[in-house]
Amino acid sequence: MRIELVKRAEHSQTMTVVSPLIAIALTLVCGSILFAAMGYNPVEALYAYFIEPLTTSWSIEELLVKAGPLILIAVGLSVCFLSNSWNIGAEGQFTMGAVAGSVIPVLFYDYTGVMALPLMIVMGVLGGMAWASIPAFLKVRFGTNEILTSLMLVYIAQYILDFLVRGPWRDPDGFNFPESRLFDAAHVLPKIGEGRLHIGMIFAVIAVLAVWWMLSRTLKGFEIKVMGETPRAGRFAGFSSKGVIWFGFLVSGGLAGLAGMAEVSGSIEQLTPVISPGYGFTAIIVAFLGRLNPVGILFAGLLLGLSYIGGEAAQVSLGLTDKITRVFQGMLLFFVLACDTLILYKFKVVSNAKRIKEAANV
Amino acid sequence: MSDISMIEAVLLTIITASTPLLLAAIGELVVERSGVLNLGVEGMMIVGAVIGFAATQATGSPYVGIVAAMLAGIAMSVLFGFLTLNLMTNQVATGLALTILGLGLSGMIGEAFIGQPGISLKPIAIPGLSEIPFVGSLLFNQDILVYTSYGLVIAVYLVLFKSRTGLIIRAVGDNHSSAHALGYSVISVRYLAVMFGGACAGLAGAYLSLIYTPQWVEGMTAGRGWIALALVVFASWRPARALVGAYLFGAVSILQFHAQAAGIGLPTQLMSALPYLATIVVLIVISRNKNLAKVNTPACLGKPFVPDR
Repeated sequence: MRIELVKRAEHSQTMTVVSPLIAIALTLVCGSILFAAMGYNPVEALYAYFIEPLTTSWSIEELLVKAGPLILIAVGLSVCFLSNSWNIGAEGQFTMGAVAGSVIPVLFYDYTGVMALPLMIVMGVLGGMAWASIPAFLKVRFGTNEILTSLMLVYIAQYILDFLVRGPWRDPDGFNFPESRLFDAAHVLPKIGEGRLHIGMIFAVIAVLAVWWMLSRTLKGFEIKVMGETPRAGRFAGFSSKGVIWFGFLVSGGLAGLAGMAEVSGSIEQLTPVISPGYGFTAIIVAFLGRLNPVGILFAGLLLGLSYIGGEAAQVSLGLTDKITRVFQGMLLFFVLACDTLILYKFKVVSNAKRIKEAANV
Repeated sequence: MSDISMIEAVLLTIITASTPLLLAAIGELVVERSGVLNLGVEGMMIVGAVIGFAATQATGSPYVGIVAAMLAGIAMSVLFGFLTLNLMTNQVATGLALTILGLGLSGMIGEAFIGQPGISLKPIAIPGLSEIPFVGSLLFNQDILVYTSYGLVIAVYLVLFKSRTGLIIRAVGDNHSSAHALGYSVISVRYLAVMFGGACAGLAGAYLSLIYTPQWVEGMTAGRGWIALALVVFASWRPARALVGAYLFGAVSILQFHAQAAGIGLPTQLMSALPYLATIVVLIVISRNKNLAKVNTPACLGKPFVPDR
């Protein structure tokens, strides 16, 4: 007896919705085994990790602060991934967006006019786009592998940020700490409510709606999907493969840059050597868990945001290491990919007797 | 210090910097020759590093650590193999998942070991040869992993290009349908190749935590797994070129230390970014030559194999 995969004639609609849920369930099961192995009561640990943070308004707000950049980046990445370009350097584009968005608050801190924030937003987007255009250009012009180039650029971006905050952009009154000056109030994104939540989350919601509209209602969206699935057919239809590559990278880079700018201007309010707990990489998980669908990404972003908050909460309440967050995220992506198989294939148990019968019929 | 001993010292550090790259690249080269693109090298490498360190601390023997690191790399690669070969998931995404998972797992496992002094692997002098001036200490007074890396280059070359096994591996990588029709088990061949790649990445990780800097530092692979992937492209899937490439990269990453030490007035961050910049430049140079890439790229690289039974 053996188990075979049989290709479905059509994508299973049910599985498209159910498979991420199965993946989440499997992650929780594996998580409890992990907790038990580490000597914690799994029920207690899972409660502290995933439920307790949802019981106070403070931590729900913090969850939204974390989910904002994840959703922004992931929505952009979904456009890129759908067109079959692999931009995995969103972390670098996030960093360069933050750097470009900080030019005004750090160098032109005297300028506190009404246009300061809109300009910072534009510069953040452009910074991310510029960084993403390097792998896009290299792929279009020379056919260079964009996975490797975009990833190498992450390290380079981090060194640029490190250089700036330790060198020319260091706060002159900062006692030699590697930090830029604190942003002026005119350079800080408006808050929503009394807490830490800022309008970066609204950017994320707008991006979700815009990309959803673009993918489902416009010719550009159709072009992206065709070029991703059957580039040959797309070329016959007159679509430009280079144009789609550029489009995917610019959208994802621009949104990652916006996320970076929103993070420093809305949350940190200055530049520091480390500005991201790996948002650019976690966003890849968000994009896949959300099935590269903007609405799915919204929910996936909230869940992955919870994984950050839960890690911190469990560290405080149970003394669990916060490193477990990354393990959860990695497991989740693994299960998401494995469960996606269910959309395209179904399992068939083939018994030996049946195999012999089939062979006889051939 | 005399000039000769200065050069000798620099060359020795280059060997140290190059070996992990070479080990990881030679493994991935075989994986890709079989038609599988495993982007999880970084993840397998760092799990190898932490497990190698942990096993060494537990037993006091770096050799046990090396074996444990290899097994850890294999375990990770089997996970990748199960998803991509049995469940036919996207290889790019699965490789990324392997890296994210590996970085997370290693951080968690390694937390207990941060700051602990490690046990370094001692070099093995080859009697007679190691006494030759200059060359002797460079080539014949190294640790077992350096010898292994040279041995692997030769072995992989012989197996891939001079043996029947190599023909099968390359056939599976170039045209899996034909290989299947000829009766070879595409999935088994690919599993073995993926596991070999995992073992090599594990060794590369062990080299980092047992020799390069004999301690555990979170994220200590620092993108070396990705550089190894670029090296395979640079080498156009040929073992001897992988050796050359690894040493070139090792030299770049070491020269930046010496330049920093010599007080060259460039920002340290620029020097530290050099290996990554060099990787991009090398990729551009290689991809500009379209023919070279076309002739050597395994034709089925990254394509899932669904047998039509």
